[in-house]
Amino acid sequence: MQHEAVASSAEQVQPSGEEVRDRTNDFAFKLANVNGTGSASANGLIMQAIFRMGIPVSGKNLFPSNIQGLPTWYEVRVNAKGHTARTSVYDLIVAMNAETYARDIREVRPGGYVLYDSTWPLSPSLSRDDVTFLGVPYAQLCNEHFTEVRERTLMKNIAYVGTLVALFDIDMDIVTGMLKEKFARKPALMESNAKAIKLGYDYAREHFDCPLPMKLEKMDATKGSILIDGNTATALGCVYAGATVAAWYPITPSTSVLDGFKAFCETYRTDKATGEKRYCILQAEDELAAIGMVIGAAWNGARAFTSTSGPGISLMSELIGLAYYAEVPAVIVDVQRVGPSTGMPTRTQQGDILLCAYASHGDTKHVLLFPANPNECFSFAVKAFDLAEKLQTPVFLLSDLDIGMNDWVVPRLEWDENYKPDRGRVLSKEELLALPTPKYYRYSPEDEYGVAARTLPGVHEKGSFFTRGSGHNKLGGYTEIPDEYQEVMDRLARKHRAARNLVPPAIIEKRQGATFGVLTVGGCDPAVREALETLEERGVHGDFLRVRGFPFGDEVEAFLAEHEVVYVVEQNRDAQLRSLLILETSVPKEKLRSITAYGGFPLQAHQVIEGIALP
Amino acid sequence: MSYIKKPLVRHPSLRTNQLGLTVRDYEGAMSTLCAGCGHDSITAAIVRAFFELDTPPHMVAKLSGIGCSSKTPAYFLSGAHGFNSAHGRMAAIATGAAAANRKLAYIGVSGDGDSLSIGLGHMSHAIRRNVKMLYIIENNGVYGLTKGQFSASADVGSKSKRGEANAQAPIDPVMLALGLGATFVARSFSGDKAQLVPILKAGLLHDGFALIDVISPCVTFNDHEGSTKSYVHTRKNQVPIVQTDFVPLAAEITAEYPEGSVAKVTTHDGTTIHLRKMAADYDPTDRTRAMTMLRERQAAGEIPTGLLFLDSTGGTEMHRGAKTVSTPLVDVPFDELCPGRDALEKLQAAYR
Repeated sequence: MQHEAVASSAEQVQPSGEEVRDRTNDFAFKLANVNGTGSASANGLIMQAIFRMGIPVSGKNLFPSNIQGLPTWYEVRVNAKGHTARTSVYDLIVAMNAETYARDIREVRPGGYVLYDSTWPLSPSLSRDDVTFLGVPYAQLCNEHFTEVRERTLMKNIAYVGTLVALFDIDMDIVTGMLKEKFARKPALMESNAKAIKLGYDYAREHFDCPLPMKLEKMDATKGSILIDGNTATALGCVYAGATVAAWYPITPSTSVLDGFKAFCETYRTDKATGEKRYCILQAEDELAAIGMVIGAAWNGARAFTSTSGPGISLMSELIGLAYYAEVPAVIVDVQRVGPSTGMPTRTQQGDILLCAYASHGDTKHVLLFPANPNECFSFAVKAFDLAEKLQTPVFLLSDLDIGMNDWVVPRLEWDENYKPDRGRVLSKEELLALPTPKYYRYSPEDEYGVAARTLPGVHEKGSFFTRGSGHNKLGGYTEIPDEYQEVMDRLARKHRAARNLVPPAIIEKRQGATFGVLTVGGCDPAVREALETLEERGVHGDFLRVRGFPFGDEVEAFLAEHEVVYVVEQNRDAQLRSLLILETSVPKEKLRSITAYGGFPLQAHQVIEGIALP
Repeated sequence: MSYIKKPLVRHPSLRTNQLGLTVRDYEGAMSTLCAGCGHDSITAAIVRAFFELDTPPHMVAKLSGIGCSSKTPAYFLSGAHGFNSAHGRMAAIATGAAAANRKLAYIGVSGDGDSLSIGLGHMSHAIRRNVKMLYIIENNGVYGLTKGQFSASADVGSKSKRGEANAQAPIDPVMLALGLGATFVARSFSGDKAQLVPILKAGLLHDGFALIDVISPCVTFNDHEGSTKSYVHTRKNQVPIVQTDFVPLAAEITAEYPEGSVAKVTTHDGTTIHLRKMAADYDPTDRTRAMTMLRERQAAGEIPTGLLFLDSTGGTEMHRGAKTVSTPLVDVPFDELCPGRDALEKLQAAYR
């Protein structure tokens, strides 16, 4: 029976397995495509439509490190409760890649659905009797209705959007409205997109029982939210912080930070009449140069940044040490990917925590900011510049591919019109002349944070000093005298320690009767929250802490002290965050239990639940 | 530069420049280089050039990498901000600095180790970007600070102090710069202050990247018989191809050149460079001819010196190419950089 069902394209077969139940606004589906076929815009359309229906949604791009031809997946999860972590339990698969049919079909949960292109019959060997196969002859339909070869390929993707609109009961007006916005200046494209959607939609209405048990109903849970990726938000943060010099070397997955920065600067910082630009973007010859340019620009008083990923940090480490020791501000955006070495460039990980915390040789320690979503990417980017200049030191914004390149539903970005950049201690000409000493000394006297006033080239002769990466004393002069060297190194340690009260404080959520704590970082946030909520329903209570900065604040110390057991959830093999906690707090290491996921895909709640040994 | 500590009192007869500063005001700390080091002579020429250009010291940023040469910015212009960075990275740091503030004068001092090995890529790209700066290579063909290894500019057959002969062909920074499209390429000799000072002045005012390769013998490791960068060898084989005189904008042109033909090159700010051609048919504005001439002379064992190539327009300097605003970026007020709340509100309509 399955054999025939699969082979006959339009027949709907009811599953024989699990009972079909109402899954309104609570299901997940996966779209399997071929990289480079234009599926991204089709998938984005669906995601955005659900968002505009007011339903919490997340989309995860699982794409290969390849320009064209390899399999690529996009996963969408809708959840009325707001759980937007990745889930690999799929209620429906859109199988558009014959190469991966076998695997894709296997992944649908019992009772689920497979939507596929029935222009060609599916191999009988792929059949399953516990899922429903929905065949739509997309290639055939598009060949009949479109004349251009390229259109015939691209519109197959748009056509499945139409089918999903029917199957999930997506508001068609919303989809039409989005097309109008998207192709406002390209009416021909709008027309063909609308036509393709209608093809897929009409076919589904005619042949299937629409909608499916998994369907969508309007809510207002996304009011006041936006759908944005972390890299765009980071770029915007750099613009709002007043960064004027950006130096970088292309690397996945951070490239879109600079693409975004450039686009926003063209909009907001380019004089329409003269074409003059109030920014300078330098595509460096390598990462060594990129960070060098940032250091040169920041030494000269500009807010400067670079964006890179793990391999870039490896290359930049030498000069990061220079900036640390010479006390030059620098903002380094690290959109982490899978390491070591080239690793998996299009997969996510939190594998640069230790590298960034201690980048460079000798005793170096850096300030890290850990955003968990695009909203924090924006605000922490601004914070990174303030801290870099206040502390006169490199500051890392440690994002990752999941945050950076996936679309997240987050609260609207807000901007305080009273914001003034914290430029730290920079002496003006007048302040220089009013100094009680006949000369200016670079590294004395220090303030409560261990920071001395700096001066900028070109301001006044009295402010001149010699920046060096070689041994220097507290006055800035060259030294090889042990005591003088140590005095500076000790101050740098004090300065780093002072930063614990300046980085964003940890988010802490406590529960009645909690018997353990869970500590996590960055993009693990939604999965950990979901896990704790699920456990709560089972009567297991845990407290939650998400660190947002390094050095760790006193609240992190307190949290560690007040729990017998703290699970540390992170996405790397060697439990780098746990190591950092052991090294940099007074927690006994026995207390810290590690839960790691590091295969390259975003963390899922079940991985956290399985890692917690239930009492 | 001062190798011997000088008295603090100022001799009343010391000449002052238009800013009322004496040449002493352009000096720096005491040199810690070996007595007789060519680099100290270059330092003296730099001091002289800035003094003669009436440059306010604080409007200069002096940068370097690592090596003997890279120590020298400490020895001139104590009134300027200095940055002794990391090995080979000076060009990148100078590029960023120039991006941030286009009103300062940038002078980068480097060595053959710093520029032609570890920093070759950075130097090449600074040339390619045409960053407005004076880039000096103090070229001695040897690693001094690590005690005598061959550098990438050591000539074939050049002998180490222990007598070992270098087998690998050198990288010639002048040929490299010409090939990369540099708009100002010169070579000089640390022992020829008369030639070096005007070239430094012209290079400082050049509206683009100016490269000067200065042969500067290492007295400790590479100033012996068998070295092709010793004083004796350089003196014997140096051939000034072009004699340069630099005439500042404000000064009257008084220089006369009775012998040979004189090419007058007016730079972007109206200052003039006089190039007296030693070789009658040499045209220092022809890149191809310059490269050919260099190859021929080098094959003959000569070290051609002088301003070898000049594009007086400066070419497409980094900021001109990028259309950066004329106000230095560090001086652009924050409210011109931050789009503000309303713009953010409006923008977010696109993310609905």
